[in-house]
Amino acid sequence: MTDVVAARALTAISLAFHIIFSSIGIALPLLMVIAEGQWLRTKNRAYYDLARKWAKAAAILFAIGAVSGTALAFEFGLLWPGFMKVAGGVIGLPFGLEGFAFFIEAIFIGIYLYGWDKLSPRAHWLAGLPIAIAGPISGGFIVMVNAWMNSPAGFSYDPQSGAVTNVDPIAAMFNRAWGVEVIHMTIAAYLATAVATAAVYAWGMLQGRRDDYHRKALAICLTLIVLTAPAQFISGDANARFLAENQTTKFAAMEGQYQTQANAPLRIGGIPDPTTGKVNFDIEIAGMLSWLGYGDVNALVKGLNDVPVELRPATEIIHPAFQIMVGSGTLLLLVALASVIYAWRKRRVPDNKWLLRAILISGPFGFLAIEAGWVVTELGRQPFIIYNVMRTANAVTTAPGLIVYLATFVALYLLLAAMVIWFLRQMAGEQATQKEGSSLATT
Amino acid sequence: MPPLNYLAAGVIVISLIIYAVLGGADFGGGVWDALARGPRASAQRRTVAEAMGPVWEANHVWLIIVIVLLFVCFAPAFAALFTALNVPLSIALVGIMLRGSAFVFRAHGRQATGEVSIWGIVFSAASIITPVLLGSCFGAIVSGNIHVDPKTGAVNDYLAWLAPYPLLLGLLALAICAFLAAIYLTLETKGDLQEDFRKRAIGAWLVSVVLATLALPFSASAAPRIWAGLTSGFGLALVPAAVIIGAVAVIAVWQRRYQVARIAGIAQVALIIGGWALAQSPYLLYPDITIDNSASANAIILAMLIALAVGAIVLLPSMWLLYSLFKGHNPTASR
Repeated sequence: MTDVVAARALTAISLAFHIIFSSIGIALPLLMVIAEGQWLRTKNRAYYDLARKWAKAAAILFAIGAVSGTALAFEFGLLWPGFMKVAGGVIGLPFGLEGFAFFIEAIFIGIYLYGWDKLSPRAHWLAGLPIAIAGPISGGFIVMVNAWMNSPAGFSYDPQSGAVTNVDPIAAMFNRAWGVEVIHMTIAAYLATAVATAAVYAWGMLQGRRDDYHRKALAICLTLIVLTAPAQFISGDANARFLAENQTTKFAAMEGQYQTQANAPLRIGGIPDPTTGKVNFDIEIAGMLSWLGYGDVNALVKGLNDVPVELRPATEIIHPAFQIMVGSGTLLLLVALASVIYAWRKRRVPDNKWLLRAILISGPFGFLAIEAGWVVTELGRQPFIIYNVMRTANAVTTAPGLIVYLATFVALYLLLAAMVIWFLRQMAGEQATQKEGSSLATT
Repeated sequence: MPPLNYLAAGVIVISLIIYAVLGGADFGGGVWDALARGPRASAQRRTVAEAMGPVWEANHVWLIIVIVLLFVCFAPAFAALFTALNVPLSIALVGIMLRGSAFVFRAHGRQATGEVSIWGIVFSAASIITPVLLGSCFGAIVSGNIHVDPKTGAVNDYLAWLAPYPLLLGLLALAICAFLAAIYLTLETKGDLQEDFRKRAIGAWLVSVVLATLALPFSASAAPRIWAGLTSGFGLALVPAAVIIGAVAVIAVWQRRYQVARIAGIAQVALIIGGWALAQSPYLLYPDITIDNSASANAIILAMLIALAVGAIVLLPSMWLLYSLFKGHNPTASR
């Protein structure tokens, strides 16, 4: 394994791990604040128990998010000093701003978790608000950095001397891609967390625990799903149009488009074969890709064959990843629609066995979509780390022994993942053995 | 007004001092968890866990702030430092990750926090190893042994931290973390438990004096730049000042005037780190990389400093709220 492959693998694993916890860090505080707010409003004990339960999960999940985020801050320097040398002084500002947002989160999560008995109920609820607000802001700043890597702006770079000049940090932050990317990821965080949480309570109801506690939890999560799932489709479309205009190579890679052609078909499913330049086993809808990308069924879509071989990203991974993301999103949209129709017709929180099963099965698909989406974004930019400016291979550290780091950190992430799963299972078990969750308040 | 890059360097040093007095004490808490002894061992561990619980994540953010400020304002220096100190920083990172996660696994798991558990052992081991490595990074930075190729970014020596002097500084950092933690813990306890931490504070102070006495003359050969700084100009006042303030801290502990001890302990850390920074200035990585030759563009340093000033308006009251809620009136002392 070469150093650059080891460094890429480690970065990918670190990001894939961290994105789950940072997404939860964006969305879970909102669930907590809604539940606690409902408790203040209605004095219904189930809402209080939910807020306590979610806060307890947040204690672990936030800490893992904080340590895995720290790992990334270190890894930028440990693995990609060549990248940081340029990026730090250009797109560093959102990192700094994220530091502040993270600070607010860390301060108020301490107050929130340990302040139940020290603050009045109202003050405690208010202490939750900064966490719920700072979470998406901090996530947004980080995605701005990624948007800059895809759509670099606000600097001039001379690869010969390595000199960075004409730095405009504001232009770098508000690069062309920031809006579409930040919105897409922020919605994804809410949707994925809400679906995963909903699945826990759907499972509980399927086990016969159809109490107020489970219904209220499901109601909060489903509301969030119903609001975010359709919005994510609109946002996804905006991203596709943006890529069709600005990153034609990534667009071609995710759609499996080898030939440059007018009236290009949308390929659903299928496995791209880079040796033949064809996508096998797919379903094609004629003209649809041209229409989705450019609003015209006869528009010309640039294919990968027009890109020099060494600059082509790995379509054989990117196209399937893109299909997984869109497929997962479609599943969640269907569940959202079914839930809203059921709730509207029956005037109650969905408790139909088949709908609950569908929610349970949907549980992991929000996070699967997030992971697949990042595979598309990151692999689709290759071989560049800063699109059209710096190659990934030129950014990697000169320090030796990256394979050792890779092995160490893989072991560490596996350990942390196992512990988190064990911990969450233990929490779910607590609920199962309790009557009406009332003693939860004392845990 | 000083040039922007010097202002930024000053802000980084201040952030580092705050991290040392807040985050450092959290590492020190891990030391006292490991060294919990006697009839009150469980109570000692519980005190550490309760003292850290609400604040450790916020304290930890200061490290992120230091790193981010470094890579924004001195991007080439950040790249060089993280290349040269790749090994100790990687191990420290593992320590930081294990420390934080072990702490929450233990705090929110089924076992009581006072008892020995596998996560308790991981927590204390990581708390001990990490400050030693971070301290040794400073030893390597000041040694003058690390040379960076300005063209390729390649480094001549990846093991500069693994020498007696840097490791001595690492141990000194650990002893100071333990000293600070013990002082803070006297303010969270009463009676016998408070006496336990009083004795531990004095013990840690003695260890740090021994280590500092060993390190200081060693500096002449192992850290020539620091030695020159400490033996001329304002530096001549620095060592006596650090000795006096350290003495004030330990005498205050002896006399059970813990509020005074806390202030003096914090002042001592500020003096050591601030003094080190002044003695080393303008070098970020002696002798190749300076505040001048590795500064990012003025535009981004200015934007970052403005963001810091604006952010402080939100941050400072929030921090005040956090510490006044949990560190105000001996929260656990009533037990």
